[in-house]
Amino acid sequence: MFHSLGRYLLLLRLSFRKPEKFSVYWAEVMREMVSEGIGSLGIIVIISLFIGAVATIQTAFQLVSDFIPKTVVGGITRDSTILEFSPTICALVLAGRIGSSIASQIGTMRVTEQIDALEIMGVNAPGFLIAPKIISGITMIPVLVVVSVILGLSGGYLACAASKEVSTADYLSGLTDGFNPLIVTVCAVKSIVFGFLINSICAYQGFYTAGGALEVGQAATRGVVYSCIMILFADLVISRVLL
Amino acid sequence: MIETKDIVKTFGENEVLKGISAEFKPGKNNLIIGGSGSGKTTLLKCIVGLHEPTKGDVFFDGENFTNMHFRERVPIRKEIGMLFQNSALFDSMSVEENIMFPLNLFTDMSKSEKQDRANFCLKRVNLEGKGKLHPSELSGGMKKRVGIARAISMQPKYLFVDEPNSGLDPLTSILIDHLISDLTQEYNTTTVVVTHDMNSVMGIGDHIIFLHDGQKWWEGSNKEITHTDNQQLNEFVFASPFMKAAREKL
Repeated sequence: MFHSLGRYLLLLRLSFRKPEKFSVYWAEVMREMVSEGIGSLGIIVIISLFIGAVATIQTAFQLVSDFIPKTVVGGITRDSTILEFSPTICALVLAGRIGSSIASQIGTMRVTEQIDALEIMGVNAPGFLIAPKIISGITMIPVLVVVSVILGLSGGYLACAASKEVSTADYLSGLTDGFNPLIVTVCAVKSIVFGFLINSICAYQGFYTAGGALEVGQAATRGVVYSCIMILFADLVISRVLL
Repeated sequence: MIETKDIVKTFGENEVLKGISAEFKPGKNNLIIGGSGSGKTTLLKCIVGLHEPTKGDVFFDGENFTNMHFRERVPIRKEIGMLFQNSALFDSMSVEENIMFPLNLFTDMSKSEKQDRANFCLKRVNLEGKGKLHPSELSGGMKKRVGIARAISMQPKYLFVDEPNSGLDPLTSILIDHLISDLTQEYNTTTVVVTHDMNSVMGIGDHIIFLHDGQKWWEGSNKEITHTDNQQLNEFVFASPFMKAAREKL
């Protein structure tokens, strides 16, 4: 375990060496941003709308009584969406979508000697392959989480509109009541950390793949599993420290 | 000139190279031959720095490459072109993007200059007009030629080729061999080819090193190889009945 951790940290250090030519690396960063950001938008839209709607319906089911103001449903949906559902569930879904793609892409490059070809040319392979992905992850995943929060809360609104239990006016009022800006900070920190973890762990798994197609598949699986575990662990640590 | 001095490489308990010293001269096709598991590719990877030798040194024109750090190696690496066994073309890039990739990173050439250079390299390997294709659209022989085009794009001083004929038909193999040989003459490169293809050995082997069990067993030219009394080499070169018959006719 310590061997892997050391190798992971060394790989990260190599990844952030000064690039050979900034413009070429910048183009890679842009390409990764499009791939991770625009490419993941569809799945984020779908899960966010459903998560927001389900969170609202279930909160309403548990809390609607004559003794509790109906605006509470909006408040709880807002807090749970911003604090947990959007950053964490999006990250877990993105670990599957982006993470497996990164691990298998880099792993395939390793087993087909494309990484060797980069090194022979004098290119810092970790810097060229991994740094753009990490930069893209820590910028695009927060953007996706913002989109997810907006859509999650919209999903809740649609759920209220479709049912009679909580009015949309109560829901909207609940969204703004007792708003604590700290939850946005926590959400931002979580999404940046999760973006870093997904990209770096999966890239690490891909980079040290050895063998053939079977090992590439195993590396992708390991990347996704380890990313998910680390996301949940980081979620706990961030929540404990910041809240 | 490339020189290896007493190269030892071990993987765990397994000693793959057992002290190999050799010289590879410019303008010559230097072939490393040997059976499977003899250490040919490991030696090649030690020379180019993909493996660090456990012991021994590699010199490029007198400079000790083994002792250099990553950054110090970059100027020498820019002078290295390498064709890999599976061509190792970047799948996400087109043929011409593959060829222009080192130019983008290491030169200040304008876009049109890079395009001209890519076209020149493609013409040199008889693949004019194929620049927009992706590696997945190419045959094995075409991939090898694109690999060569990428390797020569920076006008390398040292050209390394790993199993250039693997998976190719005999005609395409000869074409690739001649291409490597022509480029070696044309640019006076120090060319090191790892192969176990006897047509390559007899066709372009100016200087041949035979490895057996991680040791240098024999050294000479393709003219000398047919008259050697080295038992291991004879068993390797004349393994097939066809080669045995050819030797008897000689």
